[in-house]
Amino acid sequence: MSEESATSGHRWSRLLNTFGPFLGLLLVIALFSLNAEVRPYFLSGSNFKIILTQTVIVAIGALGMTLIIVSGGIDLSVGSVVALTSVTGAILLMQQLSATQAAFFTILTGGAIGLLNGAVIAGLRMLPFIVTLGMMGIARGVAKWIAKNQTVNAPDNPINRLMELQDPDHLFPLPYGVWIAVGLALATSVLLKQTVFGRYVFAIGSNEATARLCGIRVRLVKVGIYGLAGLFVGASGLMQLSRLTQGDPTVAAGLELDIIAAVVIGGASLNGGTGSILGSMIGAFIMAVLRNGTNQMGWSTYTQEIIIGVVIIIAVGVDKLRQARSV
Amino acid sequence: MTPLNPILPIPQPLPQLRMRGVCKAFGATRALNGVCLDVGAGEVHALIGENGAGKSTLMKVLSGAHTPDSGSIELEGQPFAPRNPLHARECGIAMIYQELTLAPHLTVEANIVLGKEPRRFGWLNPRKTRELARAALSELHHESIRPDVAVGALTIAEQQIVEIARALVGSPKILIMDEPTSSLSQVDAENLFAVIARLSQRRVSVVYISHFLEECQRVCQRYTVLRDGETVGTGDLKTVALTEIIQRMVGREVKDIYPRSKRRLGTTVLKLTNIRGLRKPKDVSLALREGEILGIAGLIGTGRTEMLRAVFGLDLLKAGDVVLWSKECSHATPSRRLRQGVGLLSENRKEEGLLLNRSLADNLTLTHFAPVSRWGLVNANRQREQARAWISKLEIKAQSPDQPVGQLSGGNQQKVAIARLLHHEARILLFDEPTRGIDVKSKAQIYKLMFELAAQGRAVVFVSSYLPELLGVCDTLGVMCRGVLSSVKPASEWTEHSIIAAAIGHTDTA
Repeated sequence: MSEESATSGHRWSRLLNTFGPFLGLLLVIALFSLNAEVRPYFLSGSNFKIILTQTVIVAIGALGMTLIIVSGGIDLSVGSVVALTSVTGAILLMQQLSATQAAFFTILTGGAIGLLNGAVIAGLRMLPFIVTLGMMGIARGVAKWIAKNQTVNAPDNPINRLMELQDPDHLFPLPYGVWIAVGLALATSVLLKQTVFGRYVFAIGSNEATARLCGIRVRLVKVGIYGLAGLFVGASGLMQLSRLTQGDPTVAAGLELDIIAAVVIGGASLNGGTGSILGSMIGAFIMAVLRNGTNQMGWSTYTQEIIIGVVIIIAVGVDKLRQARSV
Repeated sequence: MTPLNPILPIPQPLPQLRMRGVCKAFGATRALNGVCLDVGAGEVHALIGENGAGKSTLMKVLSGAHTPDSGSIELEGQPFAPRNPLHARECGIAMIYQELTLAPHLTVEANIVLGKEPRRFGWLNPRKTRELARAALSELHHESIRPDVAVGALTIAEQQIVEIARALVGSPKILIMDEPTSSLSQVDAENLFAVIARLSQRRVSVVYISHFLEECQRVCQRYTVLRDGETVGTGDLKTVALTEIIQRMVGREVKDIYPRSKRRLGTTVLKLTNIRGLRKPKDVSLALREGEILGIAGLIGTGRTEMLRAVFGLDLLKAGDVVLWSKECSHATPSRRLRQGVGLLSENRKEEGLLLNRSLADNLTLTHFAPVSRWGLVNANRQREQARAWISKLEIKAQSPDQPVGQLSGGNQQKVAIARLLHHEARILLFDEPTRGIDVKSKAQIYKLMFELAAQGRAVVFVSSYLPELLGVCDTLGVMCRGVLSSVKPASEWTEHSIIAAAIGHTDTA
């Protein structure tokens, strides 16, 4: 009897787990559609194109952050590293490197910083919060230093096309950046759900002691996770460069908080062991819809900030209730 | 063996504490089943029993952490029913735990008055604090401990004095001490005995829990023995023979749930020579052969778990040699040990052994994805098939391979943890308390499984605190006492009596 109710509870919570973020997204979209004046434009294809494009930077960053949070870690340096990599890209373009080469080294820069984060966290057994907090300052400083405290104007180049809206009046064709984000999300989802590496990420976040007992090389896997996440941050920086068409060392301050919020809204727990790429992507989309919708409503930025704050707390609160029921 | 005397509670003129017919059940487990305990004023009373006999539960009832299901408690002749630990403390019950419960960053005096800070209009009163701390420390004749240093800077023995001083500030009537000497040196233990004698003069009653019977005999006047949640003996410690107490501690029949398999011992697969860990174990040597089940008995906290962990590479191995299949490989990590075919079953399946929120299938294949994956991609269907095979082989009660392990019962969780080692095809199995906290039926299944494994030529090290199972299952047996493993002898040469005697360091058994 009690076992039966436990299963139905289990099934119910699993259903919520999968569709919870979807419901949240629908709710947010419905909320902004209530206003008859705003609705026609808000729900138009061209507006969704804008929202999707605005999602790209947060979404790609959220891919790496999902890996990190599922493994029980956190990365606070993302915003600074996005700024640093976008400046790096712009400088490389100024040095007459081809767009492909510049893109390659931009992403690699992100990966290198991620590796460094991971090496310090795993090697010195330091808290990810502290290490990445330090890296947040370091990366921002280096970005300003190499950019000489000003924006770096790169010559016109194919990277700028990545985030271009092309035909602004219609949903399609979508900018390349959106497709890149979708492609990366699919690949990361497979990595997290279907590979041995993905199982190790979940295992470490679920219970590090068990992972160690089971012979998983916890420290090596952690370095891999942060390195990989760094590559995503580098890609995110590339999109940032494309969007602004210049490298700005002060850009993306606080971006990491948007990304963490997206991952958490998507159902991941900061205690590690749970989370999904699909959820994080919807979380990123919810954040962009909120920003766009409040703009359309003509609400001031401070209203926007308050609403986003409330949504994060509600999302995590619902998650807590869900967990309490499933235990 | 001499027949046991009937148990008669010795009438006391004025028992400070009187517990009668105390019962407490957790689910189907009856932890206490009608326990009686009398402690006189100023008396030091030894509470004796094996691991799991109910001592801790009884003391938790007394100190308000558990509410008894039935039975009565009287304190100074008045009915006493503590609502919670704080209430019990206010009524004069103080408990000193095996692990110290001090705040290491706070000063000695802050710790001593913690929760009872002398104050005036909400402000701390430093002068009064200092006075109280000084008074408590001098009463224990330990004025040398400075009240203004951080507790973390003191030695373990000094910290224990601070802990007792804290208890004294509340002017306790009953002081409970749980294994107070387990982490003390001989000299520090002597000091502690002097402190206890002083408390006794002040008419404070002490309930003294210890596995070391000689120590009890020195410190305590009277004793009570618990076994399986019942009082099985009480009396004067000065006149009783230790062998009689041991007999009362054991006194149970061994049922035959051990269908021994036919097995032939082969070549030596694991040889340990003078193994030494960071703190424990201190000195362990043994040789394990194919098809052998080698039992390790001993009290909790004597270094059995630490020994397995050091061999498996989870804890640091400070000295000594590990030889696997006549190949020297002392230092290793868990991943290397697993590749060498050594598997460890953790004693703590909830906190270490299993990923509770992950599926059964994931837990089963965690150490060995090779058969269910290709090019790093996990084949979820093959994984489920494997899991189903183990579920039916070990008769694991689960709805599906996708069910989170945390939803299974303790016995079934343990079977999943064992199945992981079997899936890994480990040839040397280190089992740490494999039957702790699981039901009798699962226990019997695990014994049967161990016999099958041994018959297949696998070698098992079996650490347990439950003597009947050790005697019933093992081919050979060693006893760990204070970090040192006795010589390993055939199980038939041991009795429960001699094992307990060796475990508590009581060598001359009659």
